[in-house]
Parts: sequence; structure tokens; C-alpha cells
Amino acid sequence: MSWPALYAQLLGTNRHSTSLGKVWLSVLFIFRVMVLVVAAESVWGDEQSDFTCNTLQPGCENVCYDQFFPVSHIRLWSLQLVFVSTPTLLVSMYVSYRNHCDKRRILQVDGQEEELETLKKRRLPIAGALWWTYLCSLVFKMMFEGGFMYALYVVYDGFQMPRLVQCDQWPCPNLVDCFVSRPTEKTVFTVFMATASSICMVLNLAELAYLVAKALNRNKKRNIEHTINTQLSYCAVNLVNDQL
Amino acid sequence: TPLAQPDEPDLESKMNWGTFYAVISGVNRHSTGIGRIWLSVIFIFRILVLVVAAESVWGDEKSGFTCNTQQPGCNSVCYDQFFPISHIRLWALQLILVSTPALLVAMHVAHRRHVDKKALKRSGRGSPKELEHIKNQKFQITGALWWTYMISIIFRLIFEVAFLYVFYLIYPDFKMVRLVKCDSYPCPNTVDCFVSRPTEKTIFTVFMLTVSGVCVLLNLAEVAYLIARACKRCMSRPEDEAKAAWITQRLSSYRQNEINQLIADHSLKSKLTVTKKSPTEKGERCSAF
Repeated sequence: MSWPALYAQLLGTNRHSTSLGKVWLSVLFIFRVMVLVVAAESVWGDEQSDFTCNTLQPGCENVCYDQFFPVSHIRLWSLQLVFVSTPTLLVSMYVSYRNHCDKRRILQVDGQEEELETLKKRRLPIAGALWWTYLCSLVFKMMFEGGFMYALYVVYDGFQMPRLVQCDQWPCPNLVDCFVSRPTEKTVFTVFMATASSICMVLNLAELAYLVAKALNRNKKRNIEHTINTQLSYCAVNLVNDQL
Repeated sequence: TPLAQPDEPDLESKMNWGTFYAVISGVNRHSTGIGRIWLSVIFIFRILVLVVAAESVWGDEKSGFTCNTQQPGCNSVCYDQFFPISHIRLWALQLILVSTPALLVAMHVAHRRHVDKKALKRSGRGSPKELEHIKNQKFQITGALWWTYMISIIFRLIFEVAFLYVFYLIYPDFKMVRLVKCDSYPCPNTVDCFVSRPTEKTIFTVFMLTVSGVCVLLNLAEVAYLIARACKRCMSRPEDEAKAAWITQRLSSYRQNEINQLIADHSLKSKLTVTKKSPTEKGERCSAF
């Protein structure tokens, strides 16, 4: 199980997304997963082996590293990407549930093969329960996105990586200087990933607004149709009565 | 520390460049000839060289960076001062950002196909064969697609040049120095620090910058080609033909609007049960309309 497998899985849910959803998926995989795997992982590769403290005391480096880096950036980002990708599977679960129900119905009514085929290939309109599922998945995505960014900000006191940290945990003999490896490069990538994260959040917000607008539009159309229908049927009933 | 063996290029990263290749090369169908050449240059001379060769040259850049002092931390600090961001990461980011505008074209083509499919279904000719034909249809680079294509090439150029400029800012000389002198805290005084494999890095830097320049030239050539083609199309068509084509296009979109309107009305009218309206006062009860 790896990133390409996740990508293949999410690509399957693409059929039932809006266009903004498809753009979001591309941004996620190209600007976040690819950059993580291809570039960021090698920057953080030697984070512990190259964390040097100005002391020969055994154990001091381990303890200081653990104090200043409770969770590595790379692991936080991997978790964030996994959590953020998963709500989309809610939508695909609902779609397969609907397909299953309809298939059963068709088989009961003794339908043909081609009906089942069209069932598999059809694209459900985003209305009704699917609309609610989609909305929930968007809300969850945004919550996870924001939650993880906030966690990163809180744990590391901002997005900048310091060059030097001072540590006096036991067994370090006194306040020792410890030096972080490649701090500037790490800062650049942290800012890049935070920016990509915000872009994804903005896309999710835009998609939310689009869904709400579409639903309101549909309601308005239905109301207008309903009004027209009632007026017409009122007219028709009156005419029939006059005729009789 | 002795010079460590460079790490083997990560299989995961190879897989991801492979997925990236699959995504980007899908745009190939709708590119011009120069666009396809550009794509091949990107994949063979830049991404492949990066993954297969350059990553192993820069693999031990930090572990092989030695300073003439035993002061702990001096190595890290001096390395960070002289190499704020590694060449490899800059090139990887550059390649990702430069290849992505091609997806704009893919999105536009997908949108056109979607619209055509809907139109076909509405007109009632949605047979599987016709839908398949739409999927495999190759669009001419005219009209809105021409503009999308142009914009994607311009973005490519902007990203390419921006990264070359960033490279110039951070590493003003394309030559990798053998020795740097460093005196940041905690180095006790000005210490000599030695870079690992400077000549090999210089060779690869020159190579990647050259290929970058070639890609910029290819993009400029593509822009010129597209503009020339558009002008030729404008001029070779006699004026009335051009006007007629424009009128036909407007008519067909107007006709489509009319058809849509009729369909919408039809779905409303089908709910009525009585249609005949008697004149005079009985009609006035329907004066809502």
C-alpha cells in the first residue's frame, strides 16, 4: 500500500466529483504528495543522525532531539494527507450502496444485462442524500486540513525551523547548544506545504459554496415550477367547470 | 566522517515520477509537434537524468561536507549557510511546476468533451458508438483551446525563467566551489569547509541549466508557431468566408439555446391537462399570465 495505490483509489471516486473536486485532487497529488515523496523526504532524511549537540555526553543528543521534535514534519504531513484524502471515500461508499440497491431492484424486476451495465457506468447527479454526503465529506476535509496545520504551528511554534536550540534535559551536563541540520531548506519546504494546504482549503470552501448555490438554484427552479403548475391547474379546473 | 556511499535512488520516488509521467503524457494528444518534443526533452533529459544520475551525485552532500574543526555543530551551520536549498530540490520543484500548466489543456479538453456529450444526449443520439467517438476525438487547436494552450505555454515560460533566476540568486556562479570559508557561531574562527564532488556537481549543473535553456527556446518556438498558424488561418480564409463561419457559429449556439428553451418549456407543458382556452371572460381567470 503506497501513495500510487491511494491515488488509484481516489481517481475512481473522481467520476462523482464536481470539477473543483477534480482540481483539488490534482493539486493534492501533484503539489503535496509528489513534493513530499520526491523532495521533502530527502531533506528530513538525516534529521536525527545530523542533529549534533555540543557535548560528548551519551544520550544527550537523543533526549534533546526528542524534546524539540516530538513528531517529525514528514510524519505529520503524511498523516495529514491520509486523513484529508479519506472523506472522499464516504462518497464512493454511498454511491456503491445506491448502485447495490438499484441492482437488486432491477434483478427482482427481471431486467436486462444492459440495464445493469448502464447502472455501473452512470454518473449520479449530486442531489438529495448524495448532496448531503458530499457536503459532509467536504466539511471533514476542511476540519482535518485546518486541524493538522494548527497542530504543526503549535508544536513547532511557527513555520520557521531554528538553526540552534538550547537544551538542558538530563543527562546533558548543562545548557548545551544543539544544531539542527538544513534549517533553511526545511523552512522553505514547511512554507511551501503550508501554502499548498491553504490552497486546498480555499478550493474546498469554493466547492462548498458551489454546492450550496447549486442546491438553492435547484430549489428556486422547483418552487417556480410548482407555482406555475398550481396556477395552470387552477386555470384548467376553472375552465373545465365552466364547460360543464 | 569518511565519505559515505551515496544512497540508492528511492524506488518510491521513481514510482511517483512514473505516475506523474502517466498523468502529464496524457496531454500529448492535444499538443503541437513542438509540444511533444518539449515533453520528451523534459522527461528524458531532465527528470530521468535527475533521478538516475544527479540524485546520487548530491546524495552525500551533507555527510560529505567536512569542515576543518572538531567543534560540534560547525559542519551543520556552515552547510546551511552556503547551501540554503539543495540543487536537487530546486530542480525537482522546477520540473513539477513547469510540467503542470499542461494540465490546464487537459482540463479544457475534458470540459469540451463533457459539453459535447451532454449536447449529444439532449439531441437524442446518445448511442455508445457516438460517445466513444467523442472520447477519442482530437480537437483542433483553435478558438478557446488556442487561448488555453497559449496561456499554459506562457505559464511554463514564467516558471522556467523564475526558477533560473532563483538559481542565479542563490548560486550566482554555476561552478561549484571546492572550498568555502565559514565563521558562523559555533565555529571558533574562520574554518575551511570542503564540498564533496564539486567537479561532478558543476558538470551536472551546467547540463541541467543547458537543457533548461533548450526548453525555454522550445517554448518560445511553440509560441511563435501558434501565432503564425493563427495568422495564417485568419488570412487564408477570404473575408466573407470568415464572416460566414462566425455567423454560422453564432447561429448554432443560438439554435442550441432555442432547443434548450423548448426542452425546458416542454417539460412544463406536459404537466397540463387542458389546453383549450375559451375567449372572453373565462380566459381572464388565467390572467396571471
